[in-house]
Amino acid sequence: MANGDKKEYTGAQMVMESFLRVGVDTIFGLPGGANLPLYDVLPEYYPRIKHYTVKHEQAAAHAADAYARIKGTAGVCYATSGPGATNLVTGIANAFMDSVPLVCVTGQVIRALIGRDGFQEADIQGITIPITKHNELVLDVDDIPRAMQQAFHIATTGRPGPVLVDIPRDTLQEKGEFYWSDKVQLRGYRQDNFAPDPNEIQKAADLIAQSERPVILAGHGVIISRAYDELLKLAETANIPVITTLLGISGFPGTHPLYLGMPGMHGMYWNNRAINEADLLIGLGVRFDDRVTGRLKDFAPKAKIVHIEIDEAEIGKNVRPAAAIHCDLKAGLTELNKHVKPKERSAWFEWIDDMRRNHPSITIRETDEVLPQYVIDSIYRETKGDCIVCTGVGQHQMWAAQYFWYDKPNSFVTSGGLGTMGFEVPAAMGAQVAAPDETIWSICGDGGFMMTMQELATIAEYNWPIKFAIINNGTLGMVRQWQELFYGNNIVSTPLKNPDFVKLAEAFGVKGLRAERKEEVRPTIHAAMEHDGPVVIDFRVHYDENVYPMVPPGASLDETIEVPATETAPAQEVKA
Amino acid sequence: MTNSSEEIRKKRPHTIIALVEDRPGVLNRITSKWRQRGFNIESLAVGHSEKPGLSRMTFVVDSDANAEQVVRQLDKLVDIVDIRDISHEEIVTREMAMIKLRSTKETRSQLIDIAELFGANVLDVSPDSLILEATGDEGKIDSFVTLLRDYEIIELVRTGRVAMIRGADVSHPELPAEEQYDRYPGVHTW
Ligand SMILES: Cc1ncc(C[n+]2csc(CCOP(=O)(O)OP(=O)(O)O)c2C)c(N)n1
Ligand SMILES: [Mg+2]
Repeated sequence: MANGDKKEYTGAQMVMESFLRVGVDTIFGLPGGANLPLYDVLPEYYPRIKHYTVKHEQAAAHAADAYARIKGTAGVCYATSGPGATNLVTGIANAFMDSVPLVCVTGQVIRALIGRDGFQEADIQGITIPITKHNELVLDVDDIPRAMQQAFHIATTGRPGPVLVDIPRDTLQEKGEFYWSDKVQLRGYRQDNFAPDPNEIQKAADLIAQSERPVILAGHGVIISRAYDELLKLAETANIPVITTLLGISGFPGTHPLYLGMPGMHGMYWNNRAINEADLLIGLGVRFDDRVTGRLKDFAPKAKIVHIEIDEAEIGKNVRPAAAIHCDLKAGLTELNKHVKPKERSAWFEWIDDMRRNHPSITIRETDEVLPQYVIDSIYRETKGDCIVCTGVGQHQMWAAQYFWYDKPNSFVTSGGLGTMGFEVPAAMGAQVAAPDETIWSICGDGGFMMTMQELATIAEYNWPIKFAIINNGTLGMVRQWQELFYGNNIVSTPLKNPDFVKLAEAFGVKGLRAERKEEVRPTIHAAMEHDGPVVIDFRVHYDENVYPMVPPGASLDETIEVPATETAPAQEVKA
Repeated sequence: MTNSSEEIRKKRPHTIIALVEDRPGVLNRITSKWRQRGFNIESLAVGHSEKPGLSRMTFVVDSDANAEQVVRQLDKLVDIVDIRDISHEEIVTREMAMIKLRSTKETRSQLIDIAELFGANVLDVSPDSLILEATGDEGKIDSFVTLLRDYEIIELVRTGRVAMIRGADVSHPELPAEEQYDRYPGVHTW
């Protein structure tokens, strides 16, 4: 890596030179007038830097987001000024809510036109202030290397997040001196690699030693910090059951005997009860979101809380910890693990096992119709879990979280914080580019798929062998469920008149398959796996299936509704 | 300290001071956070600090606001170099007000008497108006304004509180000229 080197480049070349220096080799984007100079120099840098052209900028942002989650480096996307940049907004907000490092480079109108409402001007810096970790409008070509270096530093360190760099077209074209400092200089940004406070570590270790009924609540931080081994060690050494949030899924082996699944609104009944009974709750890289806690004042009423978290603003925001460890999770767990000792907790595990036996939360009814849960379960059985799963948002997302066991670290990619429908298609693209040797299964809602399915053209172009499983219930299912349960079954605007997904896929040059009967489900999945290329499968599933268990909005975890009796009859245990 | 004085202290609004980069958009970022997170800000004063390129801000936040959250959320902004809640420190605070009043021959001298009582200055006199300037803590300004309500106030402007810690200590840790990091972003660094 060249340090302190000086050379003359155009602004656009400086952007690429900066990428080379921070190790970026992948960009998702779409050209337009204001970012044309960036496209003009792309061929000079190919193949060191590869650019994938999408059909809509939202997809560029989501693809870069999923790429970043799987790869563990910043995802990069390009968009032009005005509508190009505003099309990124949903993707940026998604990355912001889920703490994903994203660097967005947008072209801006030329400097002389800024602030004059010229063609395709949008104040994207102003628009993205509340949804970026930082952003900057670079007006001087010589500032580009500094701005790019800072953008990657800010995006990838501490609690990761999106950073946007907006550069006018004439600044990209101008020549300047490329100066790459060997240090990142930012006096207002602490690097956040704080050492864990030994007193708090000791407090946490003591609380664990004293606790009779502890649970670990592990969040996205485990995956972001790549702290899988440390979490496993803590759980196994101290003998503590592990619950993961939606974004924590695949941070702990899904078939491990200590693993209990997800808590919260659609969490396992036993988890919500266990959180209520626990005398100690160890929150690891979590922010105690309302979907996890239910009514906050009744959350974990008997528990003391240990919180390990890199973002100080999250500590004490929703719950008051008895021990607060402010540092990177991997570092914190490594320290904590030095102080924890084995402990027998057989009464607690018996209590949990009883709860699981008497309140089976995930059973699949015997039906003639295809149940969505059955489809997810079948994908698990056919793939043996050896794949990366991406999802959209809604019922299918919850079932993908409930009925699949993620043993492979970081193998579940979902939109948690923002809950962005349409994430499923571009996320699968980003995941595939980040992990070309993995099979990507995208579990799609029929509603969500229609939001971003234009990207099938991109997928066909690059021939990414992604398997799209559309859970086609003919409805915006999760919203229909709320209408049924909380709005007197007043079904308004949720039924979907879908296209023929098989023909649609074929029109894009993608293989289309359909499964309408139960006995077709597994062979169809098998056929999709055999096909060496992208496949869209239209799974025609039961229309008004609901996701259970469920904590009604605003209720406490104690008020978890189990599967209603009428929907459980002859039950079959699904765990493989 | 007795319980009651502890309670009084709690009821007081929080005084938060910050050292921020003097760059376009900084105020935008700060107010965006306030608005989105619903922090109730009573006043804000900004101006250059003794350090080149850095401004110093004083905000006054509602007594029932969660000052810790305000500080921690704002501290996440890259443009905020340092921020702290100084409500529980020994501090001096000041605010300045200018009041434009209708005055006649009869009331002019009465108004000037009141101004003298409060150590206020007369900034402008015209045949039918007067501008007074007062500096002090909010309590003093409030009583000054209350007395003037007996007359006709045409316009009133207040600066909001500025605050400083007593004694020789600095309010913000001495910063190295430029803080430097040698960690490069790149493959598997987070
Ligand atoms: C962009 C966006 N718009 C609206 C919503 C609100 N919403 C949440 S779930 C849902 C239904 C999703 O339908 P579908 O993709 O078919 O999934 P299903 O619930 O049927 O599995 C909707 C509309 C959302 N999450 N995202
Ligand atoms: Mg649906």
